[in-house]
Amino acid sequence: MTAIYILLPLSLLVALGFLAAFIWAVRSGQYEDTCTPAMRMLLEEPAPSGQAGENNSEREEKRNEEQHQ
Amino acid sequence: MVSSSIACPTTEESVEIGRSAAKAAAETTRCFHCGAACTLGVVRAGEHSFCCHGCQTVYEILTHNGLGHFYDLGQQAGIRVDQAARREQYAHLDDPAVWERLLDFSDGQTARVTFQIPSIHCIACVWLLENLFKLHPGIAGSRVNFPRREVEITYAPERVALSEVAALLAGIGYEPQFRLADMEARPAGSPRRKLYLQVGLAGFAFGNVMLFSFPAYLGLGGADAGSLRLLFGGFSLAVALPSLIYSAGDYWRAAWLAVRQRVLTIDLPIAVGLIALYAQSAFEIISRTGEGYLDSLTGLIFFLLCGKVFQQKTYDRLAFDRDFKSFFPLSVTRRTAGGEQSAPLASVEVGDQLVLCNQELIPADARLLSGDALIDYSFITGESAPVEKRAGDYLYAGGQQLGGAIEVRVEKPVSQSYLASLWSHEAFAKQRPDWLNTLTNQFSRRFILIVATVALGSALYWSFIQPPVALKAFVSVLIVACPCALALAAPFALGTAQRLLARHGVFLKNPIVIERLARIQNIVFDKTGTLTAASGGDVKFTGWNGRDLTGAEQAAIRALVKLSTHPLSVRLSAALAEPGAGATVASFEEAPGQGLAGAVGGVPVVVGSASWLGARGVELPAREPGAGSQVHVALNGQPRGYFEVETRLRPQVRQLLGRLGTRYELALLSGDNERERERFRELFGGQARLHFNHDPLRKLELVEQMQRAGRRVMMVGDGLNDAGALKQSDVGVAVVEEAGRFSPASDLILEARMVPRLAEVLAFSRGTVRIVWGSFLLSSIYNAIGLTIAARGLLSPLLCAILMPLSSVTVVAFACLAPRWLGRRLRLGAGGGET
Repeated sequence: MTAIYILLPLSLLVALGFLAAFIWAVRSGQYEDTCTPAMRMLLEEPAPSGQAGENNSEREEKRNEEQHQ
Repeated sequence: MVSSSIACPTTEESVEIGRSAAKAAAETTRCFHCGAACTLGVVRAGEHSFCCHGCQTVYEILTHNGLGHFYDLGQQAGIRVDQAARREQYAHLDDPAVWERLLDFSDGQTARVTFQIPSIHCIACVWLLENLFKLHPGIAGSRVNFPRREVEITYAPERVALSEVAALLAGIGYEPQFRLADMEARPAGSPRRKLYLQVGLAGFAFGNVMLFSFPAYLGLGGADAGSLRLLFGGFSLAVALPSLIYSAGDYWRAAWLAVRQRVLTIDLPIAVGLIALYAQSAFEIISRTGEGYLDSLTGLIFFLLCGKVFQQKTYDRLAFDRDFKSFFPLSVTRRTAGGEQSAPLASVEVGDQLVLCNQELIPADARLLSGDALIDYSFITGESAPVEKRAGDYLYAGGQQLGGAIEVRVEKPVSQSYLASLWSHEAFAKQRPDWLNTLTNQFSRRFILIVATVALGSALYWSFIQPPVALKAFVSVLIVACPCALALAAPFALGTAQRLLARHGVFLKNPIVIERLARIQNIVFDKTGTLTAASGGDVKFTGWNGRDLTGAEQAAIRALVKLSTHPLSVRLSAALAEPGAGATVASFEEAPGQGLAGAVGGVPVVVGSASWLGARGVELPAREPGAGSQVHVALNGQPRGYFEVETRLRPQVRQLLGRLGTRYELALLSGDNERERERFRELFGGQARLHFNHDPLRKLELVEQMQRAGRRVMMVGDGLNDAGALKQSDVGVAVVEEAGRFSPASDLILEARMVPRLAEVLAFSRGTVRIVWGSFLLSSIYNAIGLTIAARGLLSPLLCAILMPLSSVTVVAFACLAPRWLGRRLRLGAGGGET
């Protein structure tokens, strides 16, 4: 039973870690816009076609990379 | 197949046929890009039709750059581009002093800017704007924030200038709007952020304290029970404290304010309950006499904050709807080198010269260039006495011009949010003496009294029987008396109701309007534009001596009526649609509801009611009263004839008046003459009061008179000539057509198609108020049970922890679902009649 004396504070620490993560998430603006990502999810990248399309798709990939960094 | 026996038409005839056929086709064709009816002729490209070259150009831009998918995402989702955007319009953005303040970030190679684009309205827009990089190699990427209507663009300043980006956006219909002046103050959603932090902390505390309370619930003990209990209790206290201080912070502030102002609001019992809970728990844990009530405390704070989040989301949703519907002047007349054109409000910039007519709102701070300006600043200051201004004077946005047309030069950018904020402006906050007497406060006053009585009573009782229990009973009563449901019932019920109404074209200034609607006793209707439709119906001219108007005469009359915003003037102006040479009007005069006068090209023209002409010395021949409104015309002092504007009643007005008449006292106010008295007497029935020839001031006086007699009055008007009466009444309803005018004096904006459903809207508000009382009743039942147990000194933490969440959840569920059920039962959405 004495294990609880250690486990309780430890579990509280873990919980505090999650709280810190939440606070960080709110302050870094992740909750600013909960609407547009939902719309973005439904949009497909159209299949590129032709010369102009190739240039575009290259830039699309580059842009996706940059955004994911 | 044409049979050979039919004579072939001649060239002129076939052109005629072709033109009329094209016109007929154009009337039913809708633009592929923006969806507007192609009334001015059809532009074809390939298999698609467009309403104008602007739309066709945007279509070509999009399809040639691989963005044709836009049209798959949204049918006719395009935005009409009235004039090709030129880069020169945005040249000021290339000035380093300017873009330094505008850009979010810049390091020479990459720059990021956020543009506000009010015309974003659907998922197709999001897709298009996030694929902006396909339109210019210098643009690296973009990201849309839909609720805020913003797009953040990352680009390379070396390859594309900021002005080019802006012009590009404008060219496809997404004109960016900037307010250089208040670029500094970007709120970054801070109130919402704080609320999320508070909810997060409260949830954290709630969850963990609940877990810590399990041993106590389950009665687990053992040899170390004492010290373990202290451990769990101590941690619970520690975890609950930040929640109490930070998350409940707004309630402390509000309660303190209430105490200072000696007002009894809902925040007081909440604050008292919170203190009692924490103090009792701390005492019990430290003195090892119990487990405390921290689970109930943290739960209470969490539920209260959830209620706030809900309210915030409701508000956001409503603000979005309202912005999109744009209930303020959508376009102004701009004078450029090429003449006067109608320009969308969003495109007005500093330096533009605008022409403002009678009763038009000044859209932005501007300097008066010419014309007789009589500015009504009642929208801003609440002062109804108009102010005379001379050329060179500075005019503030939100003022209203009374009188003839004036020319102004825009000095500061247009701030649409400023105009929209006029709606909630101080000058229009109806400070009635009983503004605090909302439902919630009414009930909480009684609630506090009852709880205080029970608490003291039980303490007194027990002090005679068993003194130790007295304190326990006293505190238990304070603890269990849950104000949570009280605080949540009204916001949830009213908020849900407000959203429901907004979905059906009824927009409220704030949820409290519902409470006021439910208490209305008298309804006053304006006639023109409210009960009668603003469009449809014929305009017929009858000249004295049977002479029709010549083209020149029509142009002169049209030049005059164009300057007025009275519904009849608008109808005449549309009927006399000759492309006039823009004849200038001198010494313009308008008497609201009476008529107009002015000199067009030197010729004095008078247009208006018979009494108006008579007052200006024009003798009219005898005539019979006609069916519609008669607008007389005099040229050069001689009566020329009259227009008969057929006014049509809105559909189902008869049934509406019948239904309303059984419950409310009705009245009709009109600026028109008595001619229609018989017709409206028949519609309104014998009881109603019908007043004609009332100018705006007399309308206001009538409303005041009713209020002095102790009646609560609702005024239904079109916001044009009755702003004063709308403001004075308990609830002012402004009826708007699709792209209507905006009246900040109103509490409720009603789309024209919902006018026949007014009776249902009122029934809905009455029902919603009953739902709020029902929620109070529900919470009272829980409280009664809780108070009985507490007064007997039998309250345990477990019981408390069950009662509080249970009561909150059921009350909130009831408050949310009941309005929806009510709306369905009243069939709010069914058949709003066609205008």
